[in-house]
Amino acid sequence: MKKMKSVVSLMAAAALLAGTIAGCGGNAGGSSAPAGESTATEAAEGSASSGATFKIGSIGPLTGGAAAYGLAVVNSVELAVNEINANGGINGYQVEMKGEDDELNAEKSVNAYNTLKDWGMQFLVGSTTSACSLAVSENTHEDNMFQLTPSASAADCVNYDNVFRVCFSDPNQGLASAQYIGSKKLASKVAIIYDSSDVYSSGIYQTFAQEASNQGFEVVSAEAFTADSKTDFSVQLQKAKDAGAELLFLPIYYTEASLILTQANTMGYAPIFFGVDGMDGILTVENFDTSLAEGLMLLTPFAADATDDLTVNYVKNYKEKYGETPNQFGADAYDAVYIIKQCLEEAGATPDMSVSDLCETLKSQIVKITASGLTSDTMTWDASGEPNKEPKAVVIKDGAYVTAE
Amino acid sequence: MAAKKRFKDNLITYGIVIALYLIMEILMKTGNLSSHLKGLLVPMTYYAIIAVALNLCVGILGELSIGHCGFMCIGAFASSVFSKLTQNTLPTAPRFFLAFVTGIAAAALFGFLIGIPVLRLKGDYLAIVTLAFGEIIKNVINAIYFGVDSKGPHVSLNNVMDLNMEPDGQVIINGAMGITGTPRDANFTIAILVLLLSLFVVLNLMNSRDGRAIMAVRDNSIAAESAGINVTGYKMMAFTISAAIAGAAGVLFSHNITSLTATSQYFGYNASIMILVYVVLGGIGNIRGSVIAAAILYLLPEMLRGLNTYRMLIYSIVLIVMMLFNWAPAAVAWRQKVAHKFIKRNA
Repeated sequence: MKKMKSVVSLMAAAALLAGTIAGCGGNAGGSSAPAGESTATEAAEGSASSGATFKIGSIGPLTGGAAAYGLAVVNSVELAVNEINANGGINGYQVEMKGEDDELNAEKSVNAYNTLKDWGMQFLVGSTTSACSLAVSENTHEDNMFQLTPSASAADCVNYDNVFRVCFSDPNQGLASAQYIGSKKLASKVAIIYDSSDVYSSGIYQTFAQEASNQGFEVVSAEAFTADSKTDFSVQLQKAKDAGAELLFLPIYYTEASLILTQANTMGYAPIFFGVDGMDGILTVENFDTSLAEGLMLLTPFAADATDDLTVNYVKNYKEKYGETPNQFGADAYDAVYIIKQCLEEAGATPDMSVSDLCETLKSQIVKITASGLTSDTMTWDASGEPNKEPKAVVIKDGAYVTAE
Repeated sequence: MAAKKRFKDNLITYGIVIALYLIMEILMKTGNLSSHLKGLLVPMTYYAIIAVALNLCVGILGELSIGHCGFMCIGAFASSVFSKLTQNTLPTAPRFFLAFVTGIAAAALFGFLIGIPVLRLKGDYLAIVTLAFGEIIKNVINAIYFGVDSKGPHVSLNNVMDLNMEPDGQVIINGAMGITGTPRDANFTIAILVLLLSLFVVLNLMNSRDGRAIMAVRDNSIAAESAGINVTGYKMMAFTISAAIAGAAGVLFSHNITSLTATSQYFGYNASIMILVYVVLGGIGNIRGSVIAAAILYLLPEMLRGLNTYRMLIYSIVLIVMMLFNWAPAAVAWRQKVAHKFIKRNA
């Protein structure tokens, strides 16, 4: 009987193995014949004469607590790709896209990347978050695949020469914020509340604090909170108040910021509030009295209620298709697709080029182009992978973003 | 007779691992393995390793630990710091070997230190304290800033500016941002070797004099003590070995993905409970079961990627079904009945 049991368990293991192998055999088959597959799609769509498509992959957290960011990225990539296809594609070739979930986990992000590679991806718009993007960049570097991350802002994300980004880096945002506060002489005593368990927040905080002394203002209190204790900020606010801070710098996301604004109001503390791009979205928080956000300043590349045609169209189409107002993650991803398009068009690239050749082409093109999109009118890149674009300072007035002077 | 059977049983366990390795290697060499599955091999193996480690603690020692990912975290950070420091001075092979030694030693040390207060408790209390220690480890590492420059190492618990580093300095642990740029030394062959080694350690321990003493402590500590067994000593021994093996899994973890952060999705109690699920599904005390369960449960959500976001739901349902099929008394009886019929027909 005992022997029988071991035989059964062996058989179960064998069955599992067989299943796995069958699964991967299928995958391998799919990846070895991507050309045939896309020819079929091509013929069905009855578009361009030649038989291939450009394939753009995207990665982000589509499930779990950070799903809002990943969904914005993947949806925006899809939106941009649909628009491009409707307008005749890139160099006459249609574009396909596919988004994969990484659950905000670097390990899963690499798995998602490998899945997309099997699908035949040629360029990666992702990963959405810093730690994930960093892990994936190790693989894209190995495969020499072009990676343009919309929103991974940690400094190290673009260490490799095949990785570029659309958003500002964390140090850049800290620097720009400090310089803005210094040059406009907004305050001489500044307090900071930041999330020490978050890469984005602590990255901005570090450069901001380092730059503060050069800009002629003093950081009088720097208080941290963590992801496990982000509901009560009265201690941090009290310290900022006691230190006499005239400006409160909040390099954090809007959900926590809305709580801070509410609690500061309750205790009668009214400094100037200053945020960064994570603050975009504060007017959409449910049950938040938006009048409290009056006078809040933030540096952001994108504001969903801007009135230029591009933004209006993007926000309208996004709302129609996905029923939500897009955030800056989505805007960065939308721009990323058009940046790739512009590079490919100027280089006259075709989809039958190898992934590595395409990467080389894009690498040499992206430093030459000047792109214009949702997040800036003029964006240029240098070989370091960092974008050069002007941050926009906006202030909330009568429940809407207004450009600050 | 019993020894012979045990020997055969162990051989089957090694055999499964080696067969899996050979099949995967052949598929890889002949180019039949998708890059998705190729990328899954190393994580799958280190989760199997930590499942084996936890099974030693839960199944053999009989103490429920739900903070085991904390030891994995220590192994990962200690080895990663070592690798970063020696990246330019040592060649890959000895560096990775020494990284293993560092990671395992650090995890074992913490296992020992934490074991001193923890093993005075029993059952639920012990589980809660291990959970707390797992969280403490994670949160402390999140607050550490560590850098090295020409003047030596600098440590701060506040922020990077407090390190007061020379311009030539290199920040190694950057608080919540963790460690970036650990060399990617881990590969499937090394991972399988570590798995075989941990299986060897655990299976041999089980069949040794010490192992029998540990199991006697599990079954009845009063009887064991009256038979002259040093209860605390054997508990510490099993707990420390378990932590050390978890540390080895951590070394593989940090040398497989290059951005290492001490966040809850990798090292929090949810992750620890996920490992516990591997152990429970595979059978408490059944080492081979842990390896198979870890492999299946790690692969399952990945293989279900085609179902998009529904895969989370399906994964949970499959988990419930598998638990019921494996361990519900009615299902066990039904399986035995079927197996019995099967034997009869064959005979």
